[in-house]
Amino acid sequence: MKKNLVPLIVLAVLAFFPLAVKDNYYMHLMILFLMWVVIGSAWNLIAGYTGQVSFGDAAFFGSGAYAAGLLSVHLHISAWWGLALGGFAAVAVGLPFGWICFRMRGAYFALATLALNEVLRHSAAIAEGFTGGMVGILIMPSFVSKVPYYYVALGMAVAAVISIQWIVHAKPGYYFVSIREDQDAAESLGINTHYYKMLSLAIAAFWTGVAGSLYMNYMGFIDPDVVFSLHDISIMAILVGIVGGVGTVYGPMVGAFVMVTVQELFRSGFFGLFKYLGNVTGSGTIVSIAETITGAHILGFGILVVVVILVLPNGIVGDWPKIRNAVFRTKPAT
Amino acid sequence: MAYFQVEKLVKYFGGLAAVNGVSFQVEKGEILGLIGPNGSGKTTTFNMISAYHRPTSGRVLFKGQEIHRLPTHKICRLGIGRTFQVVKPLGRMSVLDNVIAAAYSRVNSRREARDLALETVQFCGMTPVKDVLAKSLPIAGRKRLEIARAMATRPELLLLDETAAGLNPTELLAAIDLIKKIRENGTTIIIIEHIMHVIMTISDRIHAINFGQTIAEGTPKEVAANQQVIEAYLGTDYA
Amino acid sequence: MDVFLQTFVAGVLKGGLYALIGIGMTLIMGVMGIINLAHGQLMMVAMYITYVLHLAGVDPYLSLFVAMPALFLLGAVIQRFLLNPLLKADTILPENQVLMTVGIGMVLTEVVRFIFKSDYKSVTTGYSNATFFLGNISFSMALVISFLIAIGFTVAMFFFLIRTDIGRSIRATAQDKDAAVLMGVNTGRITIITFGIGSGLVAAAGSLLAPVFYVFPDIGGPFTARAFIITILGGLGSTVGAIFGGVTLGLAESFGATYISMEFENIIGMTIFVLVLLFLPGGFKRLTKI
Repeated sequence: MKKNLVPLIVLAVLAFFPLAVKDNYYMHLMILFLMWVVIGSAWNLIAGYTGQVSFGDAAFFGSGAYAAGLLSVHLHISAWWGLALGGFAAVAVGLPFGWICFRMRGAYFALATLALNEVLRHSAAIAEGFTGGMVGILIMPSFVSKVPYYYVALGMAVAAVISIQWIVHAKPGYYFVSIREDQDAAESLGINTHYYKMLSLAIAAFWTGVAGSLYMNYMGFIDPDVVFSLHDISIMAILVGIVGGVGTVYGPMVGAFVMVTVQELFRSGFFGLFKYLGNVTGSGTIVSIAETITGAHILGFGILVVVVILVLPNGIVGDWPKIRNAVFRTKPAT
Repeated sequence: MAYFQVEKLVKYFGGLAAVNGVSFQVEKGEILGLIGPNGSGKTTTFNMISAYHRPTSGRVLFKGQEIHRLPTHKICRLGIGRTFQVVKPLGRMSVLDNVIAAAYSRVNSRREARDLALETVQFCGMTPVKDVLAKSLPIAGRKRLEIARAMATRPELLLLDETAAGLNPTELLAAIDLIKKIRENGTTIIIIEHIMHVIMTISDRIHAINFGQTIAEGTPKEVAANQQVIEAYLGTDYA
Repeated sequence: MDVFLQTFVAGVLKGGLYALIGIGMTLIMGVMGIINLAHGQLMMVAMYITYVLHLAGVDPYLSLFVAMPALFLLGAVIQRFLLNPLLKADTILPENQVLMTVGIGMVLTEVVRFIFKSDYKSVTTGYSNATFFLGNISFSMALVISFLIAIGFTVAMFFFLIRTDIGRSIRATAQDKDAAVLMGVNTGRITIITFGIGSGLVAAAGSLLAPVFYVFPDIGGPFTARAFIITILGGLGSTVGAIFGGVTLGLAESFGATYISMEFENIIGMTIFVLVLLFLPGGFKRLTKI
């Protein structure tokens, strides 16, 4: 039971969080964190466990978001229905996506997912009649307070993590890892690799789509460049996965926490430092530098990718022994 | 109708015929040895039997059923297992986990898979290393793991592809023992091997091929004395 | 008819330039199996170098001689310090190398944006807009010159790979790294040199393109995509294939823009990419080899 103690404590902390902290700013960050736990866990399933590194998760996120949004705009149903339907919409997109991309392996698969991500993004922008094009979709948020959104996000995160873990510990999990390790050997052991790759993708797409729907409901506004974004969604998902630790249980959670923090650090210009300086001195230049820093979160991501891959290829959780040794200067056991 | 038969198998890669009209039959419970110099088409034949390649023409029949158009995983489920010449361990999984993955092809629950896997690991003499990561095993261990994995799928017919290559004399004896044990357990075997004394001692019959075509078939003694076989291996000077 | 011919000419000329971008990448991918998602960003850096030199009064076609060595060095450094180490690491994701180049691309883009801001710069010269006419068809002077230079580089690369020792070492490494090592080829050094050459070539493309396109930090991305499409179309490691691929893409974009709509330009490339991956995995090279 000791193994379950830490997660339960974390869960309890998360459950009571809104009662203790009323500040909307932190609520917002926590909601983002929970959303990324979901997306990261999903990516971890398809990439970390099944070994199919996807660069196109934004396709699923965007599909879920648009499903929720379009329900509201075209059918005038509450976008909350999108939470359930968004997942399935993403799966509907994911199946042909997978059918096309799984014909290739390794890096070509990754490239194909990237290409399809971009095709979807441009398509959403062009199909103005259906999606509103670059104008995007705007809906009225159902709640003023952030608290309900927080609990929905928390529920979603718990459901995603638990369901994925459950799958990974059973037969599909063995099959996924076998495919990752050696697809040909897996086939010879009676594993229908095509089916299981698609299954893994479908599950990942489902949860990513659900996260997308939540995003639509919570933010109230989406457009193709936001929800189908290569850098802000697809690559962020990869970063959450690799920073935390690919193929591990807690990796996505650690990764989500770190990445949301890093992203916010840049977005707020080191928590408003530069803007403050700009206001104090009345200097336009400093304010524009502040704006540049804000946009430079991509620079931060880029540097993070390079550093993590070089130093911590297995993520924080995966390379934990390495980190512990470096911090505490203990000699590694030989 | 033979238990297992391969009928006029042909495989072209581009303009080159790797296999050019190979036919043979295997009876239930026997061990058929497949020999031939490097590049003669033996592994390609195995690859066609287990559907990694589709034959350009020809058929493969198992218990009367055509299997050459089925996907690989289905062939495993029908009861044909194989090992790979260049071993393919599931590196980051333990020996036991490798075998559990294979066992899941026959059972569905975690408990049953684990039990079947433990049993198979025991049968193949790998219990001492069951928790070692597959990638940490030396070559003999990896070859044995190939066999253990294939056995966990409860094959009726087992295709062994050069399981003895790279083993030292002690390991070789152990490998031969295991193969004999597998036959006694009721599994039919087709074995590709280069190490002559292994294949000659184990096989009931031998089928020799060269340049993708059959050059001899018969008992080990008959084949060893065959003119063309000697030429193929040692060159015309020795014939 | 004139519209058709005009579109055709525009496509071919653009294609020649694209081919130059593709050659660099096909070399890197074919030789080292490295997928370089920062290729377009390297070109972008060269474009900015050209821009800066232009401010100092240097003609873009001359800045070729600065940009190419500069990018060669940059590429070599990247390969040596950021990519070579990855080849040895054993992790779950072999695609780490692809990710690394994504990271590098992002860093290059953002650093440039930081220095130069996001505004569109232009490098206009006397001949930027110059055209000459053959019948009713106008030929852009700048694009024609670039086309010719691109062909020149391609031919040079061809001979380099076939005739020189380094070229042979590169081809050997591409075919079988281990065997090459056994033959005495310093594969570590060869990969560094190859990445450098690839970067140098795309730098040439950048300098040639600067008079004709706007220069801005985000211009890298779409060109990386194009480099891929060309490489996949032409077949890995094939310089001739890169030319076919480049011209094909140039024509597809040109006709797409003229006859369908401007917005389709982006999607066309990606769609071709996926289609080729699906139906013609070896690229043009495969068609010609039978």
